[in-house]
Amino acid sequence: MKRLTGMLLVVLALGGFVLAQNALLINGAGATFPTPIYSKWFDTYHKANANIQINYQSVGSGAGIKQATDGTVDFGASDGPMNDEQLKAYSDKHGFALLHFPTVLGAVVPTYNIAGVSASLNFTPEVLAGIFLGRITKWNDPAIAGANKGVNLPAEDIVVVHRSDGSGTTYVFTDYLAKVSADWKDKVGKGTSVNWPVGLGGKGNEGVTGLVKQTPNSLGYVELIYAVKNNVSYGAVKNASGIFLKADLAGVSEAAAGAAREMPDDFRVSITNAPGKKAYPISSFTWLLIPAKFSDTAKRDALKSFLKWALTDGQKDAEELSYAKLPKEVVAKELKAINSIQ
Amino acid sequence: MSNAGPSTGSRSFLSRLWDGDEIARIVTFLFAATVVLITVLLVLQLWHDSSLPRHKFGLSFFVTRVWDPIAEQFGALPFIYGTLFTAAVALLLAVPLGLGSAIFLAELAPQKISDTLQFFIDLLAAVPSVIYGLLGMFVVVPVMRVYIQPALKHSLGFLPLFQGPAFGVGFLTAGIVLAIMVIPYIISVSREVLLSVPRDQREAALALGATRWESTWKVVVPFARTGIMGSIFLALARALGETMAVTMVIGNTPTISASLFSPGYSIAAVIANELTEATGEVYFQSLVELGLVLFLVTFILNGLARLMMVLTTQKGSGMGQV
Amino acid sequence: MSARLRWRKFVSNFMLTLTGVCAAVSVSVLFFVLGYLVYNGGTSINWDFFTKLPVPVGEVGGGMANAIVGSAKLLLLASLFGVPIGFFGGIYMAEFSNSTVAFVVRYAADLLNGVPSIVIGIFAYAVAVLPFKHFSTLAGAFALGLMMIPITLRSTEEFLHGVPRALREASMALGASKWKTIAAVVVPAAYRGIMTAILLALARVAGETAPLLFTALGNQYWSPGLRQPTASLPAMIYAYALSPYDDWHRQAWAAGLVLLALILIVNIFARAILSRGGTVLR
Repeated sequence: MKRLTGMLLVVLALGGFVLAQNALLINGAGATFPTPIYSKWFDTYHKANANIQINYQSVGSGAGIKQATDGTVDFGASDGPMNDEQLKAYSDKHGFALLHFPTVLGAVVPTYNIAGVSASLNFTPEVLAGIFLGRITKWNDPAIAGANKGVNLPAEDIVVVHRSDGSGTTYVFTDYLAKVSADWKDKVGKGTSVNWPVGLGGKGNEGVTGLVKQTPNSLGYVELIYAVKNNVSYGAVKNASGIFLKADLAGVSEAAAGAAREMPDDFRVSITNAPGKKAYPISSFTWLLIPAKFSDTAKRDALKSFLKWALTDGQKDAEELSYAKLPKEVVAKELKAINSIQ
Repeated sequence: MSNAGPSTGSRSFLSRLWDGDEIARIVTFLFAATVVLITVLLVLQLWHDSSLPRHKFGLSFFVTRVWDPIAEQFGALPFIYGTLFTAAVALLLAVPLGLGSAIFLAELAPQKISDTLQFFIDLLAAVPSVIYGLLGMFVVVPVMRVYIQPALKHSLGFLPLFQGPAFGVGFLTAGIVLAIMVIPYIISVSREVLLSVPRDQREAALALGATRWESTWKVVVPFARTGIMGSIFLALARALGETMAVTMVIGNTPTISASLFSPGYSIAAVIANELTEATGEVYFQSLVELGLVLFLVTFILNGLARLMMVLTTQKGSGMGQV
Repeated sequence: MSARLRWRKFVSNFMLTLTGVCAAVSVSVLFFVLGYLVYNGGTSINWDFFTKLPVPVGEVGGGMANAIVGSAKLLLLASLFGVPIGFFGGIYMAEFSNSTVAFVVRYAADLLNGVPSIVIGIFAYAVAVLPFKHFSTLAGAFALGLMMIPITLRSTEEFLHGVPRALREASMALGASKWKTIAAVVVPAAYRGIMTAILLALARVAGETAPLLFTALGNQYWSPGLRQPTASLPAMIYAYALSPYDDWHRQAWAAGLVLLALILIVNIFARAILSRGGTVLR
């Protein structure tokens, strides 16, 4: 029996050694925001190019930035663009830069789970900031009720759910809150990991969605596709022009329109609370973080060709998964920038 | 065990080297030394990789409540609080249950049943943490949120311990899951200790007219007191270091609250969640410092536990007397 | 019989019954755990689970074949690292060492044994991942192997001590040198106990998740060789449990059942051998 178990272990292990020996394995880690589309992309790309396997671990933008900086993964992913300090830390450590490449556009939506309320709630910036600051504690608070006439809001405590890990989704959300609430900017600020005044922590977009789904009277913030795919209600947010908009592809693309015209060379830009009647206020690009120099040419070429594919053919898959395609101007600029990867 | 074989001092160095025994001794010594080396390396690494926050924050690290990666302000207090609070809840539940079970197994149950039940208890100790976490998340949390927490709030809500919204996750839930995980340790060690109490102690008590329970509770248990304390320390050390099950049910929020219903955080959980994403040296090293703290505490507890076991066996072998 | 005596007798019976209840509750937890896993995981286990790779996020189906193989690889490598150190170190402790060295080694081993697995993870991350700029199966195996060392060392020492002096002396009397005695007589005599202790150590680290989070990371594909990240059963259970996808939850239960079943089988088997004290029927 012992011998059998031993043999089984050895056979299984050897099987693992032997299989897939010829494939090129590229490792990446980072944001959970784009995981659904990345997951699909890497799978489709692998099916078309059997010898290239891109292993992506959905661990959060914070981890993506750190792992890319430490060099423990081949590329990172984040929806919170790295700040100048972090970029400098990278180039100091490696001797070359870490490049940002936007891949898709997405939206962060306020999701909630209130028994008996299936309507789409309207959230004003003041309400969102107030809830996450811990000032508004009940669902039937006048501030919420005022924007949602006719909805029967219960007199229950709001269970706030936020991210427990370093998150680009958090960055986008707090970036938005910092723009619309001076209080928030002062007390908490924006970042991938902030000092949340209240709430439970969920790991990844997955964890937050899971918590909201399981916890009555909860409110969280997640990327659009997570709310859609998991049948969790999400609300409309009042944009800079005063209109309540529910996140959709048109709203996100509208938010990116201004940035598309004036995209900086390093592609780092914030499009939250963008002007425009139809712009959805909590939108964002999401980036792949790719080193400017590769010592492994096979990996470099594979990544470059993947990136080209993702920016062109891959964009077709975006809308099905509730991500907006990149604006044409941005794609053109990126394709040029890809050539700078050595 | 003495070192058998000819006394090595009387032979030349070369002939000693050729000797298979000497080679065996040196080779096995190297392996044993590796163990010591690894342990020393581990402690050194923890110390070295936590030097930034130690110098920057000093002792204030232990009393600061703020954990703010943006402002680079790191304080360990919420995590220390969460770790201790959940461990306390766990022990409060596990010790009576565990001790009671151990008494039953050692004093009352017939040999065969006692051995069989102990066998099952040992299996309970083998269940991995992540599986307790799975059950915690999908079974305990909903039950807490829907039945237990509201009931507690209803009846005992005037106490600060039972205030606040019922999330399901939180200190109490983590404490309950931890209790389940540490009960086997309390039971198996306490049972062994109780079994080793000399028969004459019990018989003397019974001869003096004590009931079975009185003999057990007033004579046997106190006699085994030190060993039982040891088992509790062991259980405590395990509870403090638990990671997966805790992070799946505690709520992952650095909060200090008197309420059992509040979500919280523990040292092990924050390390698990944030180590691979801690950008910036101070952030990363603060987490390592937390690991160092955890290591030191469990080290001291385990040491105390072992000390107590040693003291009990000395006692049981007839040294101390009535 | 006085009232006081009746009361004391009542208390005695009551408390003793209570202890029985405690024991029943404690033991029933095990059956509850098992039962729940069988109930939720049993229906989800199918052939796909054992043979297919994970499918893209959100889609239904797929399996954990790479996690099963990944765990097997990790355990094999961990034993290759941890067992020799523990085994040969244990031989030194039992056969060659003096009491000071023995004390130091034993102290170090106990210290290592008591280190929480998350701290082992930190150590492995700092030593086996960062310098090499790679999450890898090797790093994961290193972390798990570390945890196997103390158990193997102490058990080897204990079981070797348990071999009667007479056996050693007989061998020596026949002219065998010390190391031959150890290799050919003492170790085989203690073999069964040591093997079962190793199995128990293996079962223990098979379920460890925390150290793997920082070392093996995870992989949707097969992990080639040793220096790439790899999926593992405990890490998959954790990741799937936290997700919002019902299909992933189903798979997490299935994986939990498989993992627990393997661990319990090894434990039952090992303990049965240890307690029996006779030869094992093949």
